Amino acid sequence: MEGLYAFCVGLLTACGIFLALRGRTFSVVIGLTLLSYAVNLFLFASGRLKLNAAAVLGESEQYSDPLPQALVLTAIVIGFAMTAFAVILAMRARADLGNDHVDGTLPAQPGDASKKSGGSQ
Amino acid sequence: MQHLSIFPILIPLLFGAIMLLPPISRDINSQRITSIVGTLFLLISSAALLYQINTEGVQLYALGGWQAPFGIALVADKISSLLVLLTAFLAFCVMLYAVAGQDKGGAYFHPLFMFQIMGINGAFLTGDIFNLFVFFEVLLIASYALLIHAGGKQKTQAALHYVILNLVGSSLFLFGLGILYGTLGTLNMADMAIKVGQLQGETATLAKTGALLLLVVFGLKAAMLPMHFWLPKTYASASAPVAALFAIMTKVGIYSIFRVYTVIFGDDAGELANIATPWLWPMALLTITIGTIGVFASPGIKTLSANLVIISSGSLLACAAINSEAATSAALYYMVHSTLASAGLFLLADVMSRQRGKAEDRFVRSRPFVQPRLLGFGFAISALALIGMPPLSGFVGKIMILQATQSSAQTMWVWPLILIGSLAALIAFSRAGTTLFWRHNGSVAAEAEPAKITEIMGIGLLLLASPILVVFGGDISEFTQQAAHHLHDIQASAYALLPGVAQ
Repeated sequence: MEGLYAFCVGLLTACGIFLALRGRTFSVVIGLTLLSYAVNLFLFASGRLKLNAAAVLGESEQYSDPLPQALVLTAIVIGFAMTAFAVILAMRARADLGNDHVDGTLPAQPGDASKKSGGSQ
Repeated sequence: MQHLSIFPILIPLLFGAIMLLPPISRDINSQRITSIVGTLFLLISSAALLYQINTEGVQLYALGGWQAPFGIALVADKISSLLVLLTAFLAFCVMLYAVAGQDKGGAYFHPLFMFQIMGINGAFLTGDIFNLFVFFEVLLIASYALLIHAGGKQKTQAALHYVILNLVGSSLFLFGLGILYGTLGTLNMADMAIKVGQLQGETATLAKTGALLLLVVFGLKAAMLPMHFWLPKTYASASAPVAALFAIMTKVGIYSIFRVYTVIFGDDAGELANIATPWLWPMALLTITIGTIGVFASPGIKTLSANLVIISSGSLLACAAINSEAATSAALYYMVHSTLASAGLFLLADVMSRQRGKAEDRFVRSRPFVQPRLLGFGFAISALALIGMPPLSGFVGKIMILQATQSSAQTMWVWPLILIGSLAALIAFSRAGTTLFWRHNGSVAAEAEPAKITEIMGIGLLLLASPILVVFGGDISEFTQQAAHHLHDIQASAYALLPGVAQ
């Protein structure tokens, strides 16, 4: 179970970082979302993975650490709000700057003399 | 009064919430009055808190009556109460400036301003590292919205970088916290400081990974070298009151570095003692260097002030790297000075750029100012303070930092860089001053507006702080020394904060 779990967190993080490094705001937002999923799973595992263990005392033989669950809840709420803000900001940037590149200007393509770009040039 | 230590968080929260509700939310004038009253209350209660801490010692405030390490505790010691007072004073001055008309550019300026102050104060006061994350997010989300206050292409562009970088930073923060909780089993900073000494072998390596991830996050906030690229553009494009308030934001990062790497991973951390120092040294020195280059390359006075913020961040990081009581004390003094002086310069730059017509804040020939004497006097004071010339506070702060170096190797590295940084600031300010004040053509611009009385008061208060810091320099440096001693003494900064735990 630990191996599979670690692999999932690692894969999500790798995809998240790859996408966050892309040039377009949409993929960056998706990357940030994947990164926040990865971090939520990771935080949940910081209290160790246990089967058949409730967070409430007396409900099961073993008990699990309730604090990571509370932390994950906080992280989910904050991550959700931040993602919503990033989406709105990306749309605003698309409207203000005329393109969806994170720098506000499209990089020059070879052989493309009449590039269309917004931003403060 | 025992509840005094939560007032710096509660006051902005309540005033911010009240301003979102009718009837105050409908009328900008009543919002302005509420904001001024709110920041004034905050100033009074922070001053009372500082006085109480100074006479009665550290205050531990267990939220909800849950004792640390099980509940979240607010710890008001000398460092945090000093920085809370600094935030309150800065907020009051900036608000005086903003009510003259800068707050009209977009909706919800006043509530967002209050929420940002709440986040900053919370980050200074909290004794729990996850709570530090939460307050970071509170101040960040308010700052995202404040940054695009009044709109414009440049602001959107800067905000996009700032928001994305900080969201990645928040994820890394959570990864670091997850690792530290997994290895130490606690999130209370005092408790972590005690438990970290017992880590050995591979657990210690794991905890080191988490701790250094946190350094990346705090470095991002503090504009440490590879993570500083967002700062000049963000600060230069933000509207003046927002940029002035942001002057304290890098200091939140610096404060967190001091708190985490002195108390938790300090001298008593066993295998993990002083793990940040080898990283902080090169980063701090390179940050000062890149700030110096940026100062020379600045085309306008706003970018110049943003690059000066980077130099001051670098100097403070160098203090963190020296890692001694004298250095921490110097850093505290310099932090107060540089926050107020750079905030003053940001506000002054805005007044200047409004009186120069199309030239705005760029160093080019322009129309003369409407109020040349007033602006010239203010510019001279803030330039002297930021360069570090006697008799103002920048000189005292820099002397304290230079004196704090311990070995000759440290002296060899720190002295030249800080002094060259000052020289660069001197050259840049001389060039800026001659262009701004003496190279004119034409008459006063028709659309130029003289600074309003509250704007002058706000800037005046910020600039007045510099001579006051010198006049009361002895008392203040004694206070910062006590605060630094408290931070470096694990008995006081960790064991004393946990009832029932003995060394």
